[in-house]
Amino acid sequence: MSGESPGDAGFADPDADRDGLQGPGPDERERPSGRRSAEGARVDPEAEASHPERRTTISALVKHEPGVLAEVAGLVSRRRFDIDSLTVGPTTNPETARMTLTIEEPEPGVRQVEKQLAKLVPVISVRELDRDAVRRELAVLKMHDDDPAAVEAVAEMFDARTLDAEPGTVTVEVTGSSAEVDRAIEAFQRFGVRELTRTGTAALARGSEWTTDAEESRYERQRTDAASAGSTPTTEGARAHTDDD
Amino acid sequence: MSEPARATARPPEAERRRDDDRAVQRDEQSSEASPTTGADAAIAALAAGGVEHVFGVQGGAIMPVYDALAEADAAPTHVTMAHEQAAAHAADAYGQVTGEPGVCMATSGPGATNLVTGIADADMDSDPVVALTGQVPTAFLGNDAFQETDTVGVTRPITKENYVAGEPDAVGPSVGEAIELAGAGRPGPTLVDLPKDATTGETTGEAPEAGLPEYYEAPERAEQSAVADAAEALTDAERPLVLAGGGVVKAEASPALRAFVERFDVPVVTTMPGIGAVPEDDERCLSFAGMHGTGAANMAISHTDCLFAIGTRFDDRLTGGVETFAPEAEVIHADIDAAEISKNVEADYPLVGDAAAVVEQVHEAFDARTADATERYADWREQCREWEAEYPMTYAAPADEPLKPQFVVEAADAATPDDAIVTTGVGQHQMWAAQYWTYRSPRCWVSSHGLGTMGYGLPAAIGAKVAEPDREVVCFEGDGSFLMTLQELSVAARENLDVTVIVLNNEAIGMVRQWQDAFFEGRHTASEYGWMPEFEPIAEAFGAKGFTLDSYDEVADTLEAAFAHDGPSVVDARIDPRENVYPMVPSGGDNSGFALSEGQL
Repeated sequence: MSGESPGDAGFADPDADRDGLQGPGPDERERPSGRRSAEGARVDPEAEASHPERRTTISALVKHEPGVLAEVAGLVSRRRFDIDSLTVGPTTNPETARMTLTIEEPEPGVRQVEKQLAKLVPVISVRELDRDAVRRELAVLKMHDDDPAAVEAVAEMFDARTLDAEPGTVTVEVTGSSAEVDRAIEAFQRFGVRELTRTGTAALARGSEWTTDAEESRYERQRTDAASAGSTPTTEGARAHTDDD
Repeated sequence: MSEPARATARPPEAERRRDDDRAVQRDEQSSEASPTTGADAAIAALAAGGVEHVFGVQGGAIMPVYDALAEADAAPTHVTMAHEQAAAHAADAYGQVTGEPGVCMATSGPGATNLVTGIADADMDSDPVVALTGQVPTAFLGNDAFQETDTVGVTRPITKENYVAGEPDAVGPSVGEAIELAGAGRPGPTLVDLPKDATTGETTGEAPEAGLPEYYEAPERAEQSAVADAAEALTDAERPLVLAGGGVVKAEASPALRAFVERFDVPVVTTMPGIGAVPEDDERCLSFAGMHGTGAANMAISHTDCLFAIGTRFDDRLTGGVETFAPEAEVIHADIDAAEISKNVEADYPLVGDAAAVVEQVHEAFDARTADATERYADWREQCREWEAEYPMTYAAPADEPLKPQFVVEAADAATPDDAIVTTGVGQHQMWAAQYWTYRSPRCWVSSHGLGTMGYGLPAAIGAKVAEPDREVVCFEGDGSFLMTLQELSVAARENLDVTVIVLNNEAIGMVRQWQDAFFEGRHTASEYGWMPEFEPIAEAFGAKGFTLDSYDEVADTLEAAFAHDGPSVVDARIDPRENVYPMVPSGGDNSGFALSEGQL
């Protein structure tokens, strides 16, 4: 047990007998009246800005190396981003791959997705695509073939291509925007869709605009490399790295 | 007490590599032939990266790298730790104290998974750490081989980047890049996984010079137009406040920030990782804000109309509920990581860049706009001073009650030089160490903030002492926290590291016990030990000097003896088990509503 009482060092008060510290309690203080939203934005009492969720497409040019897909998928999952689809595939340059994400987030969430992606070391450049970007999805549907003529009519209406027709089933392919594919699938439902598979979105910026910032320099560099080597660029590095993804 | 039996176990002085030899060794190395195996290349990359110390534990898959470490003419000094978690924490603390990447090393499987807590800790606190892990040979990968773990998969979410060096020629460049990247931009941990065939295999030639990854960019200066807008906001402000985060320390921005604060006479609060960024004995510094921050800091942050936040990620322990965080403030947020801008708290004025550069930019722009800021903020400064007077940290310490932990912290502060380094575990003792020690310089406070890793203190003290052998290193631990890593006393004794561990022993997981009293109707489930080993004989058994402290009149003498002891010492300070940490903002609460006692929670 304690013998001598503490000296006059610092904040010790040997004469006090109370729990905790002194000072006006929470109810006796001047408290601020402002508020922030749950997203940390200061609430302007005059005009409360709200951020509705929107569906958008983000394109990321990434180094074509093992682990990139896992890294991006892990990022999206651990940060709880609301993602509809993620596709990955080669580009004009064998050293790079493109990932296309469709997400549904409010404005601050979209910016977070962009910035968190950009921060990943193998990610070269990231951009949210404009609304007029060229976007395509593909679905393959296998239906019961009880009424071939009707299936054919619907297929024609949606520009669907028949891939396989056998007694009992017919398999068709639909491509289009996400909404078009949605509508086609809905139309085919009446025949009874046995099985369905669908890709995510493949998208590029419209017209002469580059899809992400680094595309142009990478494209030009590849052309220069190819010209100076007198052949197509080597794919050795890329080949060595593709097994994982 | 018995004399520690460590003398025989320790290698003679002459055999141990010393700091002063190292520079010579490195010069010699540069003229030598290039490394011949992947393992040699790993060691050469460490030497080329300026790595002087490595903390690690041996094991099957990392053996080739250890062998190369022993054989190399120029190699970092290795500190053998008792457990890999401690190796990661020691490397983390080394990185915090020096600003250079701390390096840890472990074998595959359990070695690597034991590092995980330390790597996650470094990731949360943006500390520069490089981990090298052994791995089974590439031919075995994916077959669930002995001691195989998908180390890269496990550590992907908690590293800036990780690498598999799958062939001998990949080892040197990967290790080199990992070192560069760990310290670049916003620091953080990197990891290189080294399959055994890659480290034993022959390299084919000279390794290319290590550099940052292609396309990796760390911004230096913020956009000038954004700086001008921020300076305008400060000019219009009535109640400006600087919030200095850990990024100020990491960017060596303290001198620039001090100059700013002195020039414009603006009050400052810090985050916990930012402790020491501004001297706590400066009258403008209100100490740290957040869950257990001072009353004045939490009042100031709640009432400011312009918060200049630098190098902080607005952790929830700082903000409380974001709805009530600095609710009247326009936020100027300077950070080197663009992804931190508007992540948790919306930035009205984002400034993406290096903290030192950005503070200087704002200083210049603000200076050009205002000549009379000093006078304009006079009322606000006066208000902050009133809050400091209203909410003193004075604690009751009646003679008929057990020893108060705050007193032990204050006494240790008084007994040590200003440049002493304090490390802590996690819990009540950590908060008392933060509150009652006066930090005057950056890199003196070394703790586990974001991850809150109990047991961080002792391994961190080892890392800090290896980094700064001439400075006093004091480790505050709790009894519960200390029990998680106290095996590292064997390392401190073997290496004769003069660290002093002060265990603020309340025979409980005190912070949990405090929360149970406040929020779980006093049901102390699994928080009170009821029995605790005696730390004095434990310390002695490990070869350290042990002390027990349980009354006020022993405090000064016991601490003096512990600090004077040449080698590790442990002070078991038996403190009042009922003592709680205040002020306290409940989790998700309003910073301005901090409680000063349990009744206010």
